[in-house]
Amino acid sequence: MGFELTKESYAGGIKAVTIGKGDNALTIGGQTCYPFYQFEGEMPGKPIIAMEIWDMEPEEWPAAAMAPFKDVLGDPVAWAKKCIDDFGAQLIVLQLKSIDPNDKDRSPEDAAALVKKVVDAIDVPLIVWGCASPAKDEDVLKAVAEACQGENLILGPVEEKNHKGIGAAAMGYGHAIISSSPIDVNLAKQVNILLENLGIPLDKVLVDPTTGGLGYGLEYTYSVMERLSMAAMAQGDDKLQNPMINNLANEVWKCKEVKQTAEEAPELGDPERRGILMEAVGAVSYFMAGSDIMIMRHPEAIKLAKAFVDLICD
Amino acid sequence: MALTGIQIFKLLPKTNCKECGVPTCLAFAMNLASGKAELDSCPYVSDEAREKLAEASAPPIRPVKLGKGVRQTTTGGETVLYRHEKTFFNPTILAGTVASDIAAADLEQKLKIYNAFQYERVGLNLRPELLVVKDAGAGADAFAATAKCIAETSEFNLVLMTEDLDVMKAGIAAAGFKRPLLYAATEANVDDMGALAKENDLPLAVKADSIDALMPLTEKLTGMGLKDLVIDSGAREIKQALEDQVGIRRAALKAGNKALGFPTITFPCEMASNLDMETVIAAMFVAKYGGIVVMSDFAAESLFPLLLERLNIFTDPQRPMTVTEGIFEIGNPDENSPVVVTTNFALTYFIVSGEIEGSKVPCWLLIKDSEGLSVLTAWAAGKFGGDDVGMFVKKCGIMDKVKHTELIIPGYAAAIAGDVEEELPGWTITVGPREAAHLPAFLKTK
Ligand code: B12
Ligand code: SF4
Repeated sequence: MGFELTKESYAGGIKAVTIGKGDNALTIGGQTCYPFYQFEGEMPGKPIIAMEIWDMEPEEWPAAAMAPFKDVLGDPVAWAKKCIDDFGAQLIVLQLKSIDPNDKDRSPEDAAALVKKVVDAIDVPLIVWGCASPAKDEDVLKAVAEACQGENLILGPVEEKNHKGIGAAAMGYGHAIISSSPIDVNLAKQVNILLENLGIPLDKVLVDPTTGGLGYGLEYTYSVMERLSMAAMAQGDDKLQNPMINNLANEVWKCKEVKQTAEEAPELGDPERRGILMEAVGAVSYFMAGSDIMIMRHPEAIKLAKAFVDLICD
Repeated sequence: MALTGIQIFKLLPKTNCKECGVPTCLAFAMNLASGKAELDSCPYVSDEAREKLAEASAPPIRPVKLGKGVRQTTTGGETVLYRHEKTFFNPTILAGTVASDIAAADLEQKLKIYNAFQYERVGLNLRPELLVVKDAGAGADAFAATAKCIAETSEFNLVLMTEDLDVMKAGIAAAGFKRPLLYAATEANVDDMGALAKENDLPLAVKADSIDALMPLTEKLTGMGLKDLVIDSGAREIKQALEDQVGIRRAALKAGNKALGFPTITFPCEMASNLDMETVIAAMFVAKYGGIVVMSDFAAESLFPLLLERLNIFTDPQRPMTVTEGIFEIGNPDENSPVVVTTNFALTYFIVSGEIEGSKVPCWLLIKDSEGLSVLTAWAAGKFGGDDVGMFVKKCGIMDKVKHTELIIPGYAAAIAGDVEEELPGWTITVGPREAAHLPAFLKTK
């Protein structure tokens, strides 16, 4: 008797979310099977890598992460363009680090003006990521939403605490949002329900499950993502059928082993390749858990992750 | 399939002698069925019953022991498709490759380098465990010499990789004492390889060019009495390889397919043209069901990320890794040494104690039980609040060991400083840096 693959019976799929506008719009998600299980479902779009840029010059990046961008680190517009022109980025994430109230505390108006400048300068969709301080993110993302009306940006992270303000602004000015919760299926569902109650259609929502670094909590995020996929697809829970996004670069590149020099940690090998491979291996792990957008930093890590996605999809 | 208590009862002596610790054979059978007892507790089961019970309770994926010595490992034995359903038990084994025609001096050098790839983390030693000796067509002697050198002079265990029977025999003669995995039985040589593995009581890998073609081979080999098999569906293209891994795992766990109830061996080294790409492909197999992952080579930069991923994926999700509550002395502290407090999450402890050690400033590190949660998580969950941290400092006995009254708390727990102070009148609560990496500089100013 021949071998017959035992197939999963799915009760639902992931919603397709469109971001950006016009010719440059991208559709995320839409899959009807677990990650890359194309033998039993469809993956219409491949998972996408978003290249991150910061709104200020990073102070603590290891040398390996700085090197590819050294001429543009203080200039977000040039930085974004470099990502697109030199490294083929399909999607940009602007990390608003400078708005952190415990640090530089940049004003909502300034931040919004900067986002507008970046959005006008690039021809790929833009994600705007706050500083994870709920009140400040609310103020800033509201201003950003207004300044960039109709651009169909993706704004996040949106938590229970600030969902009303950011949600209403996103709806009013035509943007998608990222619903965020700390590694918990029920909390993820709760934020989505709150957003829906506010009147936001769930096909304008991505889910951020909260991302742990490789060796620093990856397993928790990994499993919660698998559980979210199961809830969405095997159980058909229509409150959780959203594409997922992982803010990976931040986590990987801040850990000790990525920062150690060859002198400090000779046993860990070449610091540059080490960081690149830690980012790439982290990315593949989360792709296997169901990530639809991976926020990444190093062009070489991105190349590897992209090559992997291409190979496994086609 | 698992047996019911009644089915097990029928196989027991039914004498109710109580030696197993419960009053009746029936009670014992019930405990066995629910996994609360071990068969060995009854001294009177017949061999025949024992075999039947063992067969019936055999795990759906055979755990296969590989190698000998400190790097002995087991692959297989998994019971779930997703780690959150229970846990994954036996971490994907990482293997490197050595060609059989390598010069002795080069091999010695290589082993020295490979041996250094060991990393301490959360109290564990992370390292790869296998080397594949790959027949490069240089004859049986060269193959045996290479295998022998690895077996005798290194901790690594082996996979002997050749389809030539004579070469394999030479390899077994040289390195059989280390319980190498033989790779591979194929359709062309299955009888002979099977006999060789059986005769030497060694685990055997089976290779075919599809899952379909694999099943008759494993059935034949189990028919010959072989149990310790490892399977290779032959896929060398990522997409097909993932499908096969998933197909095999589901067949064993969901469809009770005995012919596929074995751990797998995978070959990123044959699926990419450089080590970086091999590494990302290996990352897929660590997550999705690779029993053994064979790389062309080991390099620290590619091994370390894979070892971390493996550690994460194979951690028991039901029990965070913890250390015990109490006072840890780092670097012979005295009555004037700083007192530092953190949670009992093993990762947190590992990072913080590592930084303190690196700082060369002797310290008292207080570990407060926070149910295995990290600092921020514990704080958010109410397991590292100001009152309990203060109470703990009072009760743990540190006050008898130091003369000063300063407590250093984690930067991320700055919010609890006031409450700790209230609980510890007269003490100065100093908020440390957020990241442990900044601890050494901070401690040096103390
Ligand atoms: C993995 C994780 C979990 C895991 C638990 C992991 C664990 N064993 O702790 C799970 C999924 C269970 C979890 C649950 C929750 N989590 Co959680 N979780 C995380 C995550 C992703 C990583 C945490 C981690 O492991 N860090 C690594 C360890 C080593 O860090 P650490 O202990 O802080 O140690 C560092 C420093 O503090 C410092 N340090 C440590 N000790 C000391 C001592 C001194 C003296 C000094 C100077 C420094 C120092 O050194 C270390 C390295 O620099 C973070 C987000 C993130 N990316 O960081 C959220 C996070 C911590 N979680 C959060 C929350 C809210 C929760 C929940 C309360 C959610 C909920 N409502 O259910 C629950 C609570 C748990 C419960 N009730 O059981 C929030 C906390 C928000 C806040 N600011 O209060 C975070 C920040 C996510 C977020 N942005 O919302 N979580
Ligand atoms: S030891 Fe064996 S024979 Fe005696 S009561 Fe227990 S199960 Fe029965």
